[in-house]
Amino acid sequence: MTWTIFDTWIVITGGIAAMACALAGNWLILRKMSMMGDALSHAVLPGLAVAFLLTGTRTSLAMLLGAVLVGLVTTFLISAIERWGGVEADAAMGVTFTALFAIGLILIRVAAHDTDLDPDCVLYGALELTYLDSYQIGETVIPRAAVAGAVMLLVNLIFVVALFKELTISAFDPEMANTQGINATLMHYLLMMIVAATTVAAFNSVGSILVIAMLVVPGACARLLTNRLSVMIALSLVVAALCAVLGHGAALIVPGWFGLADEANTAGSMATMAGLLFGATVLLAPQRGLIPQAWRRLSLAVTVTREDILGLLWRAGEKADHHRAEVEEAQIRGVLATGLLGRVAFALALRKMRHKRRIHRQSGMISLTERGEHYAARMIRRHRLWEGYLVQEAGIRPDHVHGTAERLEHITDAQMLEALDKATGSPAIDPHEKVIPREE
Amino acid sequence: MRFRRTSGGRRELSWLALALLPLVPVAAMAESTFASDFVRVLTFQDYNTRVVVIGTMLLGLASGLVGTFLLLRKRALLSDAISHAMLPGICAAFVVMALAGGSGKHLGGLLLGAAISGILGTAAVTLIRKTARLKEDVALAIVLSTFFGFGIVLLGVAQRLGAGEAAGLKSFIYGKTASMLLSDALLIAIFAAVAAAICAALFKEFGLLCFDAEFGRTQGWPTGLLDATLMALVVLVTVIGLQAVGLIMMVALLVIPPSAARFWTDDLRWMAAISSTIGALSGLFGSAASALMGAFPAGAIIVLVATLLFVLSLLLGTRRGVVHRSRAGLMLRRKVTSQHLLRGLYELAEREHHDPKETAASFEDLLAERSWTRAELQRALARHIRQGLIRHKGGGYALTRLGYYTAVHAVRTHRLWEMYLIAHADVAPSHVDTGADTIEHVLEPDLIARLETMLADRGSVVPPSPHPLKGMVQT
Repeated sequence: MTWTIFDTWIVITGGIAAMACALAGNWLILRKMSMMGDALSHAVLPGLAVAFLLTGTRTSLAMLLGAVLVGLVTTFLISAIERWGGVEADAAMGVTFTALFAIGLILIRVAAHDTDLDPDCVLYGALELTYLDSYQIGETVIPRAAVAGAVMLLVNLIFVVALFKELTISAFDPEMANTQGINATLMHYLLMMIVAATTVAAFNSVGSILVIAMLVVPGACARLLTNRLSVMIALSLVVAALCAVLGHGAALIVPGWFGLADEANTAGSMATMAGLLFGATVLLAPQRGLIPQAWRRLSLAVTVTREDILGLLWRAGEKADHHRAEVEEAQIRGVLATGLLGRVAFALALRKMRHKRRIHRQSGMISLTERGEHYAARMIRRHRLWEGYLVQEAGIRPDHVHGTAERLEHITDAQMLEALDKATGSPAIDPHEKVIPREE
Repeated sequence: MRFRRTSGGRRELSWLALALLPLVPVAAMAESTFASDFVRVLTFQDYNTRVVVIGTMLLGLASGLVGTFLLLRKRALLSDAISHAMLPGICAAFVVMALAGGSGKHLGGLLLGAAISGILGTAAVTLIRKTARLKEDVALAIVLSTFFGFGIVLLGVAQRLGAGEAAGLKSFIYGKTASMLLSDALLIAIFAAVAAAICAALFKEFGLLCFDAEFGRTQGWPTGLLDATLMALVVLVTVIGLQAVGLIMMVALLVIPPSAARFWTDDLRWMAAISSTIGALSGLFGSAASALMGAFPAGAIIVLVATLLFVLSLLLGTRRGVVHRSRAGLMLRRKVTSQHLLRGLYELAEREHHDPKETAASFEDLLAERSWTRAELQRALARHIRQGLIRHKGGGYALTRLGYYTAVHAVRTHRLWEMYLIAHADVAPSHVDTGADTIEHVLEPDLIARLETMLADRGSVVPPSPHPLKGMVQT
């Protein structure tokens, strides 16, 4: 497949629509109303049908107006059923949008027997055909859908920038908003209006399913990457644009891998790409991602295990009165390697210490090297100084300090060790009458 | 005050039947051929539509039953995500079967694909919620849109592979009730029976899951397994309904009947029964109507019937219906006004040390007594005169004999409550009047009796007011 001007415009149109949706969608996520995008995009169907019935054309403006009106009615109905009927918010949403969608399907059947107002087109959009319906300005040809999308993106941008503070406060704390003189209900309806308008503006070009995906997925990805709202909004725009580019690229390339001649549905492919990007974010996000989290847990476990092995070997030597006492590897494993994480951490820790020549391993027996002895002594020193400190300064009974010292020894650096030494008056023995090794 | 006890739900059912009544005679009374056809279809006499009508009715029954638990579990919209997530499964199954050399249209295979991707979708929702720590609504929207988007990609592939054969795949989105075969109806019947049997067998456990899952866990119930079972039931019902009414209308059948049933009862068993009934009636009337009107998609008509029943329930429901609740609110407001008026008349006389039985008060005096508007007071007075509690006396208003005793009762309750607040709740005498005002109207007779004993006050005498009355002449 070769990239043509058609493809460029498909990506631009899709990207603009996706960004317009993502911009409004951030607020839906914050308000825990993500399903509202789904509800509205189904519920506006009767609005489209009525607009078509009244005007007889598919002009964007009439459709937009019809859809925004029905969007507001939907919002009102949902909160009315919720309040008057005491129905849960999500059930109220489910009742309202399915009922309106059913009405819409019937109206469409009444309005247009097999004319161009077809529920399918609403569902998938016709992104591939964007270029066929264009404005000609001088030499350049700009698809009508791209212009409509750009207008919507601009409107959303103005809306978000102008009402940033009001939207934020009423999303996080409607009560607080009311005390500050911001009408939270008005903000709610304004947002719903914007979502409905965006949904419809994007409908024609990209189809409702991509709209629902773009309302939520970019914002959700961004939410996993940051805790700052402004950064989240900016990131969501980037993700939306990425979905469009990668989605169309995949639609062109991937079918070829399976020996299929035609390209795949672009809107569907963009939605799929959004799902893949979300999956990647869940796995890889620096702070909240599963893999970085697992990596941090593992490396902490390895450090702790390494220090525990050193301490264990030292104590074995102390007991045998022979500094380089040999201990069976299986025995150490039995003590330290519990659970899957523990076993993996133990194997890695052992490998790393042999590599750094801190321990010596021969026929299943492990002993400290000279260099290892030095590190082990420091470990023991930290542990025993903490025990001394806990008894002397914190007044804890000597037989209760071991566990606490066992945890604290792993997070004590050189500076803290020095302070500890000073605070305890550099004792030679710990509360259990054991010798505290000296720093060399 | 009279207390209504929960009357087991028989009352609710009779109301529900009443609400449904308009649906039947409309068809039965008219003499047009349409109406007689409608009745014929409804009573399964029409051979062509019998299968379709029975099939959708059973589908409505099963989804109403399963939906009850889904709604009470507060996960109604999960059905939306599940049904959308089934599209890629259907299309993938088609592609696999077509590539394997067989016909892509084998229904069992398609439905198996739908079930698998439905389950994957549910699992994805749970995973997103648990691992990414995003809220349920975000998880649902993500799964719904990305699965469905992928489904559309696969649908395109299937259409190219299967040529004409794949045209039928679209009917899973909007449903194709009219072409239901006997085998489809049988499939629905079997799985509806399975779903109903599982619900019946696990009724207590599902109830526990809906109302207090935490408690269930502490009692050692496998709540995770129960939750999974419930989700599996939702997948099952959605799968059998996909072909009949389409995936969006399936959401309606799972959400609307239980939401409607909630207005009629607080009892889980009755709710399940009413919800199933509403689901079955929607299927019955909806498919019958669409069979006769032809052009309209049956799924949409079924949902509209369900919506109609929902609106009727919202208005007329005997537990939470709007009419019932606003009537109860009006009754309470009237009772409060009545007690205020009677007490006002009594205390006006008491302040002047007159006999409340004989003394009349002018309209203006009464108006000044409380913060009510002229119109409110006029309406209240007219009502009391009608009820024989107040009579005209020389240009003003006085208590009748009946009114006097009612007033004595109200004043007495009010003062007892004031004394109780002072004695047991450490409220300053000057502050009790407002608090007492709001609560006296809902005091129960046995609480009044307890107050009497507690405050060592017996007999029918009105205790003196614990605080000086407004404008009281000091003696």
